[in-house]
Amino acid sequence: MSVFAFLIGALSLAAAIGVVVSAKPVHSALFLMANFATLAILYVLLDAQFLAAAQVIIYAGGIVILILFVIMLIGHDPADRSQQGLTRPAVASLVLGVILLVSLMLQLTGQLELGAGGGIASGGSPSAIGTELFTRFLLPFEFVAILLLVALIGALIMGRRESGDPVEEPAG
Amino acid sequence: MPKLLVYLIQAVVLSLVVITGFAYLTWLERKLIARFQVRIGPNRAGPFGLLQPAADAVKAMFKEEYIPRHVDKFVYVLAPMLALAPALIVWAVIPIAKGVPAMGDVNIGFLWILAITGVESFGVILAGWSSNNNYSLLGALRSAAQMISYEIPLGLFLVSIAMLGGTFSLVELVETPRAPWEWIWIWIAFPFFFTSILAETNRSPFDLPETENELVAGFFTEYGGMKFSMFMMAEYINMITTSTVVSTLFFGGWQGPLADRYIWLGPVYLFIKVLALLFLFIWIRASISRPRFDQLMRFNWKFMIPAGLVYLTVSAVMTVFLK
Repeated sequence: MSVFAFLIGALSLAAAIGVVVSAKPVHSALFLMANFATLAILYVLLDAQFLAAAQVIIYAGGIVILILFVIMLIGHDPADRSQQGLTRPAVASLVLGVILLVSLMLQLTGQLELGAGGGIASGGSPSAIGTELFTRFLLPFEFVAILLLVALIGALIMGRRESGDPVEEPAG
Repeated sequence: MPKLLVYLIQAVVLSLVVITGFAYLTWLERKLIARFQVRIGPNRAGPFGLLQPAADAVKAMFKEEYIPRHVDKFVYVLAPMLALAPALIVWAVIPIAKGVPAMGDVNIGFLWILAITGVESFGVILAGWSSNNNYSLLGALRSAAQMISYEIPLGLFLVSIAMLGGTFSLVELVETPRAPWEWIWIWIAFPFFFTSILAETNRSPFDLPETENELVAGFFTEYGGMKFSMFMMAEYINMITTSTVVSTLFFGGWQGPLADRYIWLGPVYLFIKVLALLFLFIWIRASISRPRFDQLMRFNWKFMIPAGLVYLTVSAVMTVFLK
């Protein structure tokens, strides 16, 4: 079991590296999908079936498709990214990434044991997660819902036509 | 590991059955469409043209595997596989007889269906993009928009049914008896659900990603030979798969008279139900003309999604007070 887990983990890492080093955005998106899929397999190995399904539904099925949609709408990007060197956003994301990695490592060292069942097994079922969400974590859950609603309305307002603008029929 | 071997054999047998189903579904569709149009349809190869699918398969396999020079090769070759695989994977959780799931019973059966249908659109989108052709790209964009949009009502109705059934497992759902009002309430959702499925599987009248009179052939314009056949396979196997899911959710799956006692009757009943739904698919294709794309979108966002939300709310209330 744990050999399999490490194999999937290695694949996941390789896909993550692929996201960063691919020259074409669509290839990056594909690697991102591979990364999400392998993560879902890891969740299944940890008996967190609900989390695995949510991972695929939300990330692979929703977000990556939206990313692809945007890439295709914007069209071809002729700029070759490999020649630009380290830009400011790249440096910022590197620093933040390292901070995240270190803090996660400090938190999780000694707690994570792959393939260890027991306490995790019941925690992965949909009913267990649902019960936790609607009892112990009700307040954060509702806050997240409100945050998403605000984001949705914000997107609506930003995308709305001004009343004076000529109305454009969506092309077939 | 014998358990792994059993799974492997199950998977191979299941795939073969479904792929044979695909072959004869093309025959059925050509025959039925011909009948709807007062023609005879394929009748040369074998009695009633029954060997036509075999002839088509041989033809597709021996065609030249042609890759245009202007495509993104890796994605171009990957896309047909990504289109075909999810259609087969969904089968894993569908119960085919009393207590017998096709592959394994998981407690996330519903979510499995949602997850896999979400991934289905990748094949189409990537095919359109990698072809490097405006018509293909337009087809892919349409497909992406259509699939993202119609997934929402699909999910809303799925969640309602899961809520009423009180389980996420399809095996349990079929075996839990429903009260008469439940059956009626669930059948009210059937037309909505089926419409979303038509859009999700890119079937006529919602086959806008591949409209031949405006986009050549849409996302698979640049494909030929076996790779083209794989897209066809994906479409038809999707029809079979979704029909099976629908008959499992709405019509009791393998349930039927005496199916409890004689286990072998389960697959027979399931087959009959699936066949009836496939007939409905083909009937709709022969009868209804294609809407415009903006009409399709408006119908979804202004009618299907509100209807789904209302249905979900009422189902929740009913679950609390009547069950």
